[in-house]
Order: sequence, then structure tokens, then C-alpha cells
Amino acid sequence: MSEDLYTQLLDLSCGAFLLAAVVVLWRRELVAVVRVFALQGVALAAIVVLLGIHEERWDLVGIGIGVGILRAGVLPYLVRRALAALLAGRAHSEEVRETQPLVNVAASLLTAAALTLLAYAVSRPLVELDPIPATRALPVGLAVVLIGFFVLVTRRRALAQVVGFLLLDNGITATAFLAASGVPLIVELGVSFDVLLAVLVLQILTTRVREAFGTTDIDDLRELHD
Amino acid sequence: MNAAGYAAVAGQILVVGAGAPLLTGWMRQVRARLEGRAGAGVLQPWRDTRKLLRKEPVTPVGTGPAFRIAPALLVATTVVATALVPLLSTDTPVSGHADLILVVALIALGTLTLALAGLDTGTAFGGMGASREMTVAALVEPTILLAVFALSLPAGTTNLPAIVSGAIDDPARLASPAGFLATAALAVAVLAETGRIPVDNPSTHLELTMIHEAMVLEYAGPDLALVELGAQMRLTLLLGLLSSLFAPWGIATSASWTALLLALLLFAVKVAALGAALAAAEVFWAKVRLFRVPELLAGSFLLALLAVAASYFLSGES
Repeated sequence: MSEDLYTQLLDLSCGAFLLAAVVVLWRRELVAVVRVFALQGVALAAIVVLLGIHEERWDLVGIGIGVGILRAGVLPYLVRRALAALLAGRAHSEEVRETQPLVNVAASLLTAAALTLLAYAVSRPLVELDPIPATRALPVGLAVVLIGFFVLVTRRRALAQVVGFLLLDNGITATAFLAASGVPLIVELGVSFDVLLAVLVLQILTTRVREAFGTTDIDDLRELHD
Repeated sequence: MNAAGYAAVAGQILVVGAGAPLLTGWMRQVRARLEGRAGAGVLQPWRDTRKLLRKEPVTPVGTGPAFRIAPALLVATTVVATALVPLLSTDTPVSGHADLILVVALIALGTLTLALAGLDTGTAFGGMGASREMTVAALVEPTILLAVFALSLPAGTTNLPAIVSGAIDDPARLASPAGFLATAALAVAVLAETGRIPVDNPSTHLELTMIHEAMVLEYAGPDLALVELGAQMRLTLLLGLLSSLFAPWGIATSASWTALLLALLLFAVKVAALGAALAAAEVFWAKVRLFRVPELLAGSFLLALLAVAASYFLSGES
């Protein structure tokens, strides 16, 4: 693969990665949000595979494919199953839409713009250490971390928060791969299983929360019960 | 600067002026066919214009000069902007002055005169339409500017012909993330600016939904014909700008007659294809609620900002 083509494809997948995070912020329907999250997983896998091919490290390509299966296949499937369970429970449509985020959508889009600029600003010294295409794209990973955190704190529905958490983790993974071609395989495996377990637990927790309170609006959980 | 350059400028104005009603007719025809109707034919907007021009000019009692000169000013600003934007050729006598900021300002001036005319009538509808139009315009203009800035960063200038000819020489510039993001942002901004369906419904007379129509309700006869022509020309101009910036192939870069003819042909094809795509999309889309329009436009502004950031940080040169 020529240097030019590699740079272009890497930039393209980084652009798609960032764009997916923004679209998650934009959409209200949780079904659409999960679909976009799966697309982001594909973009992340593409970034890792491209890095692997460019550096001719075939283990990295393998990790990329694994990351793709987990982020674009398994995790969206789990979230979608939790969503289906919520839908089957009762025919209310308000559970599957983020009707009232704490910050309204227009303002959160503008906040995302500010967060992206912030990510670019703080990662400048890092990029200047070694300006190759991969480190140039480093701000994209940081921006997705910040946007994921923003989704996590401003959404009310439990499943929207789960997606925010996963966005955050996608951003961290992307940053790790772009900055240092990834962490050692064993650490990556550990992190991946951690995320998988976290989502499984959160899925069960969401269903329980809805059974107990009739809603997954986290703001309603004000007191402790036994 | 030779005859071909002047011919290119004259050709641009002529093609957009005469072609704009045809484009509108074509889009209505595509829409009608997709909805299973026969449609009125591509020439119908021209027939409407002819009918309106034969009527007696009437202005409402109590309106001032703002109402009277607005149609002419709208068409005039659009014609000047058309002459500046490189639709057929990047090598024209005016290409040195075709600055992005000037073009956007001219388009905004047209919007402003129409809003003032809407206010001048003093009716509830006119004022409401004007206020809605200004709300949309305030969000759209920065988006258009930012989206084109993303393309002007690699070119190093805000001169539109320079941006377009640079993109012809180096097509890889358009396939970058910045190019895609800017395309998406500019497409949304164009839809909002020309009052097409996700933002405004051009064929409605329902007071809850209309933006553009509410401002021009009081116009009749030749004035109405001018206003309609102005709106159609703006649509053609902005679609042409979109195609020039993101699919610049075929635009003449030198002053040769054959290149100019080819550019004319390709321009017609590109704009007709864009119009058909837009009309087809409108069949399937619903208009968004007015209160969600700022959300849509904030999203498009964010895309434009990301495009600028991406073209600044991701690109190879530093």
C-alpha cells in the first residue's frame, strides 16, 4: 500500500469515527443510536487494520478484526437485545427515545464542536513530538473520548448512557492505537473482556431497573431501597 | 481577458437566468412522476411567469420603497453572485473579485431585502415569515462560510475560482474527510437557504409551516414573477456552487471555446441530476418541525466546523 493511499484511508476512517460520535449525539431514537455505534466500531476496526497493514504487523491486523467483531457485532447486539426486552415489556415508545436530554440537542452539538477544538488544542504538543499520519489523527480519538463522556453525563435513559460509556471506550482504544500502535495483546484482551462484561452487567441492570421502577430514567433513582 | 472570458460570464448569467425556471419545472416533474401524477411539464414555471408578467402591477396600500425595490434587488444580487461564482469557467474577467465572502454576502443581501419587504407589508404573515427567515439565515450563513473555508484551507485562498481550479488539479483533496464533511454541511445549508423540504415546504400555503411563502404573500403580477425568478435562480446558483466545489470536473480552466461548450453541457447535466436527486429525496422526507430546524442547522454547523478542523489538522502539510 502506498504512503499516500494509506494516509487517505486512515484520515477517512478517522473522519468516519468522529462523525459517528457526533451523529450519536444528534439522534434521539436509541435504535438509530445503536446502529451508528456499530458503524463506529467498523471505522475503529478499519483504523487498527490499516495501521497493522502499514507497519506489516499481522498480529495487529488480527487484533483489528477482533476489535471489529466485538465493537461492531457483539456489543451492539447486546444493547439491541436489552432494547428489545424493554420494548417487549410494554408498548411505550418513550423508553426507546431520548426525549429530554439534560442539555438540549442543539446545545450539545455546539458543545461537541467546542470539545473537538479542545481535544485538538490539548493534543498539539503530542502531535508535534512525531508528526506522522497516525499521530496527526490523535485528536480524533481524544475528541471521541470527550464526546462519549458528554453523552454519559447528559443522557437520562440508561441505555443511552451505556452507549456513552462505549463511545468513551472506543475513543480510548482509538487513542491507544493511534499513539502507540496499541497496547500489548494481553492488556487489549483484558480490556475487551472488561467492556463486554460491563455491558452484560449493565444490560441486566437496566432490565431490573425497569422492572423495579417502570422506567430507565436514571434521574428517578433518588433513594436507596433494600 | 478575451472574448471567451466575457462569453463565459454572459453564458453563466444567461444559463442560470433562463435555466432556473426549467430546473424548478424539472424538479416538480420528477416529484410528480414519483408520486404517480402526470405533472404539469417542465415548461410550466415559464408559462406562470408569462402569465404573471401580463398582469397589472399592484402593491398593497401603505407599503414603502422597501416592498417595491425588493424583487429587483433580489434578482440583481443573485445575478451578480452568478457572474462571480465559477460555474462554467474559472478564467473570466471577474474571477479576481470572486471572493467567497463577497458571494455569501450577496446571497445574504438578497435574503435580507426580502425579509425587509415582508416586514414592510405590516401584515402578521409578513412579519412572521421575515422573523423565521432571519432565524434560519443567521444559522445558515456561517455554515456556508465555514464549509467553504474547509476547502479554502488547502487552496490557501478564499478566491472561489482558485479553490475550484485547485480541486481540478488535485482531486484527492475532495476525497478527504474534510471534503465529505464540508459537502454534507453545505448540502444542508443549501437546503435551508433555498427553502426546500426539511426546513421549509416550497409548495405550501399553510401558515404553520411556511417561511419563504409568508414573506411574499402580498406580491402580485410582475413583482411576484421577479420574486419567483429570484428564488429559482438562487436554487440554481447554490446547486451550481455545490457541484462546482465538490464535482468540479469539466469546468473550463482556460479560455477556449470547446472547453466552454463542454462545461456548459456538463453544468446542465450536473445541476439537473442534483435537482432530480433533491426532488426524489423530498418525496420521501417530511418537513421537520420549526423548533427542530435550529437543531438541524447546528448539526450542519458542527459538520462544517469539524471539516475545517479536519482539513487543518489531519492533512499532510503543517
